[in-house]
Amino acid sequence: MNPGALYHPGTSLPHRLPVGGKLVGLLGFAALVFVARSPWWLGGGVLVVAVGYALARVPPASWSRLVRSLLVLLVPLFAVQWWLIGLDSATVVCLRLAATLGMANLFTLTTRIDDLVDAIERATRPLHRFGVRPDRFGLLVGFTVQAVAALTGIAADVREAQRARGMDRSVVAFAVPFLVRTLRHADELGEALAARGVADD
Amino acid sequence: MARSRSALPAADLARTVVFAAFIAVLGIFPGVYVGGSAVPIVVQNMGPLLAGSILGARRGAVCLLLFLVLVALGFPVLSGGRGGLAVFAGPTGGFILGWAASAAVAGLLVRRALPRPGLPTLVLACVAGAAMDYLVGVPYWGAVIGDFGAAAKQSLVFLPGDAAKVVLAAVVAAIVHRALPQTGGPQVGARQAGDRAEAEGP
Amino acid sequence: MIEFEGVGHDYGERMVLADVNARLREHRVALVGANGSGKSTLVRTINGLVCPSRGRVLVDGRDPALDGRSVRRRVGFVFTNPDSQIVMPTAGEDVAFSLRRSDMSKKERTRRAVEILAAHGLDGYADHPAHQLSGGQKQLLALCSMLALMPDVLVCDEPTTLLDPRNKRHYAEVLCGLEQQVVLATHDLHLIEDFDRVLVLEAGRVVADDAPADALRYYRKLLG
Ligand SMILES: Nc1ncnc2c1ncn2[C@@H]1O[C@H](COP(=O)(O)OP(=O)(O)O)[C@@H](O)[C@H]1O
Ligand SMILES: [Mg+2]
Repeated sequence: MNPGALYHPGTSLPHRLPVGGKLVGLLGFAALVFVARSPWWLGGGVLVVAVGYALARVPPASWSRLVRSLLVLLVPLFAVQWWLIGLDSATVVCLRLAATLGMANLFTLTTRIDDLVDAIERATRPLHRFGVRPDRFGLLVGFTVQAVAALTGIAADVREAQRARGMDRSVVAFAVPFLVRTLRHADELGEALAARGVADD
Repeated sequence: MARSRSALPAADLARTVVFAAFIAVLGIFPGVYVGGSAVPIVVQNMGPLLAGSILGARRGAVCLLLFLVLVALGFPVLSGGRGGLAVFAGPTGGFILGWAASAAVAGLLVRRALPRPGLPTLVLACVAGAAMDYLVGVPYWGAVIGDFGAAAKQSLVFLPGDAAKVVLAAVVAAIVHRALPQTGGPQVGARQAGDRAEAEGP
Repeated sequence: MIEFEGVGHDYGERMVLADVNARLREHRVALVGANGSGKSTLVRTINGLVCPSRGRVLVDGRDPALDGRSVRRRVGFVFTNPDSQIVMPTAGEDVAFSLRRSDMSKKERTRRAVEILAAHGLDGYADHPAHQLSGGQKQLLALCSMLALMPDVLVCDEPTTLLDPRNKRHYAEVLCGLEQQVVLATHDLHLIEDFDRVLVLEAGRVVADDAPADALRYYRKLLG
């Protein structure tokens, strides 16, 4: 759906698993990790995640990004927990986080957003009876992604104008014109959507 | 009184969607360098306060829910290019989930002062919105690390930065409300905001 | 046919349209007038984006204020800013989005979108990211997305204002080749030289309503 997505294309086992099953698996894994108290079991969980990454053959860049962000998060957390509570608790908390964050990230890396949107639309179809329109979900996500593209252009414009006026250190000088133009874009888009019958469906 | 144009739900839909995108762009766009600082400050967490105080409680909250969905789906729309379910599993995931409630609270407090909310009202609304975020974020953090006291103490680190951003958000919202009156009102004229904005010039 | 019967509109205290009466049957109708003369407001009453404070509008006998949905099916609308009209990531998808309510299969919709694009100067752009098109191309895309709805009438609100002269000319050619009735609000006077009828709007009133040569002579005099 978007080239900027975190998804990394591939054909490995984690990529091919059905989205719904993967999501349920992720939730189950997170629940197990949350109730586990033994560092050994939690260490096993981390190992499972590592195997998942190996299977998915995600590129080293994604690997190292994950490891770096985990270290940034976990090292200070470990230190503080150790100081405040104790070594055991610090180990358990950090292993737990490493396992869940790693697994959730693996899910994101190996799941196409379009497939995920489809799966959510399918799973929520019964809600139609209650007046919810799950088929609109993908559309809404698509509109938003499209709006991001439009607003990125506007933000760049605003930033340039701000520089030209020598005010590039002011949050207000950036946020106000950007916001005003954002709202104007929204109003124009609203009219265009209405003209295309979006409100009349 | 004219039959209003906002009978068109497309206008509502567009505002919600575009504001969610606005918050995403606040995160994607490199932060703003303030004062003499060498690191850009991240302005994305002003987003929920702006959404609430400009779109109103309901649309603001829906907008933030939509944004959270984008994050969960795996779009790298959080500052620093973060995204995916892992964001919510981390200790600070609650602060992000709390954004929806934060927008709703800010919106509710601004409503009394429409159509022309002044700076004091907006500061109050933004403070309350930010407080709401802590109300969700701190217990969540506590649950993740298994110690609420420690979570509360550690979250104090964010306070000074957040206080500054609350004030900034209120100032920005006040200016935008003056530039485009009735933006959060129930009878938003779809073209109204647009045409007044035109007077400001791009 | 589009009928304005005593159409007036106020924004708060401010009167923007005063008693507009006209029946537009002609194939090519233009609306000219200075900034703020009420062109955008008037054309928006045609598809119910604005509901007039006084009087009524009829499109083939239907009032958009009462029956907006069915009127919007007949009336296509092109706006000034191409960036705000694109709702899908690629040009093809954007056109296909207009076809979502037809009973075509997804494949047929895609094929039809490619055809429509090709017929209006965007041959080969179906898979192109919509936001990376040039301004003129984006505006053509907006037109294609409207034409996909197969409207009987196409209303355009200053569609060429943001285009450069060459794109303006190209856009005008495409517009003139359409079968639909076209109602065009514009500042580009040379765009409408071949039109069937020109209405001149001044402070919310129709002050001239004639063939282009005469109406434009009047308008130029008005501008001084
Ligand atoms: N939503 C609105 N609220 C208040 N005034 C408006 C609004 N929209 C347009 N106007 C005013 O109505 C007048 C006519 O505007 P418009 O129909 O856009 O004219 P034109 O398209 O000919 O430039 C202008 O003075 C404009 O400022
Ligand atoms: Mg206009």
